Amino acid sequence: MVKTPCPKCGYLNPAAAACCTLCQAIFRAPEARPRRVPGGRRDFYSEQAGNRRLSWLLLSALVLILGALGYAIGGAYGSARSGLVICLALGALSGAGAYLGGDRMLLAASGAREVAPQAEPQLQNLVEELCVASGLPKPRVYVIDSEAPNAFATGRSPARASIAVTTGLLKKLNRDELQGVLAHEMSHIRNLDVRFAMLVGILIGTVALLCDANLRSGRIASRRRSRGGGGALILLALVLSILAPFASKLIQMAVSRRRELLADASAVELTRNPLALASALRRIGTDPAPLGAANRATQHLYIVNPVKSFGMDSSALFSTHPPIEARVRILEAMA
Amino acid sequence: MSIGVILLLVLVVAAVLVVAAYNGLVSLRNQVRNAWQQIGVQLKRRHDLIPNLVEVVKDYMGYEQETLEKVIRARNQALTATGIAGTAAAEGALTGALRSLFAVVESYPQLKANENVVRLQEELTSTENRIAFARQFYNDMVMRYNTKLQVVPTNILASMFAFKEEPYFEVPAAEQEPVKVDLR
Repeated sequence: MVKTPCPKCGYLNPAAAACCTLCQAIFRAPEARPRRVPGGRRDFYSEQAGNRRLSWLLLSALVLILGALGYAIGGAYGSARSGLVICLALGALSGAGAYLGGDRMLLAASGAREVAPQAEPQLQNLVEELCVASGLPKPRVYVIDSEAPNAFATGRSPARASIAVTTGLLKKLNRDELQGVLAHEMSHIRNLDVRFAMLVGILIGTVALLCDANLRSGRIASRRRSRGGGGALILLALVLSILAPFASKLIQMAVSRRRELLADASAVELTRNPLALASALRRIGTDPAPLGAANRATQHLYIVNPVKSFGMDSSALFSTHPPIEARVRILEAMA
Repeated sequence: MSIGVILLLVLVVAAVLVVAAYNGLVSLRNQVRNAWQQIGVQLKRRHDLIPNLVEVVKDYMGYEQETLEKVIRARNQALTATGIAGTAAAEGALTGALRSLFAVVESYPQLKANENVVRLQEELTSTENRIAFARQFYNDMVMRYNTKLQVVPTNILASMFAFKEEPYFEVPAAEQEPVKVDLR
């Protein structure tokens, strides 16, 4: 393997390293670019507070939308009140399920296995280092057997969090790049993004479920239509059923993109090494191996979207992540 | 409602706010102290690792006894150092000695291929990172705590109950010097 000696301390680094492993000196001088970190300079305490606030807001919106949907759909079938009760119960049930067991379900669905304390010493070390840097308890560490380099974090609180990385990530990234990726995941845990994403997910899922159910049974409802009051509710239910999934999806994607940028920025706050994360993102983004375990339901969790590949022009409204090029540019501007 | 009841309510609210702010300051001060202890924990980890490292590499490093001895000496000095300034200087010297050792190990192919050396090198790299991160975290906590002591309205409370600003950790002079590697 080709090695490049560090000009500052002489340590021999892997050829691809963006900075010295030993003394952290940066090899390539980045071009001067305008600094634009999303959200400006905010520490993670205000991020946590903001996320808590937004979580409550979102929860209220969820209850409201669910209630409105239930009321309208129930009304279309004759009993607005029982529709309301059924919808809210459904929402509460799925919410409680996801809150209590969502992380385990997700890890199982991704084919992740927990790493024994003695196995993978470097991975364990990296996670422990970042716990020292962030003052968080150590999350559980999982590995997914896949050539595709990628990672995600889950768990409802920092005390009950898990980080999963693929074997491809461990193989293809150097120590500093791995540190950057893990710091990104730790930042998701620290900023309470995981709980937040979970709430958003439940909102989307329940709304979609209800709207689907209503649209599919629309014909029965129209046959039963009799009085004028029911007609208005049927129309409302129809319009809501068509619009609500789109609206909620748009919100989810916008929120998800913002949280990704923020996690990048917080990762740099932990490691003070933006170039390593930038080169890791680039490497993950250009890797051709597909991640079999990922699908549209879990794509927004990973550090780089495993389902779709992004170019600079595809920052569509419906993408879960900002384009990698944009993320790399922002990171390089921090160096 | 009479004036008296309103006044009483205002007083109760004010008292609750003061208690909350005071408790916040105390918990923050304890977090700063805990963060300081964490640096010590990580330094101890490094001291414990060094004998292993020396044991593994000494057979291979016939010509580099000096580098090894420097590491051992620096470790012993760090173990016996007292006072914040003394400890900082000794630990700084140890960091420098370890860096030279790492650089030397790079030039020995048998050493780099040795599984034990690779593992120890990973452990030491990790320990160096942990020490740096622990210091960084301590400084972050100190910044939060000191800011809290300076901003309105907690500054009033802080001066009333004599909360004192904590000092930042500063990088010892020995660690700021570039590493000198002598490869013969």
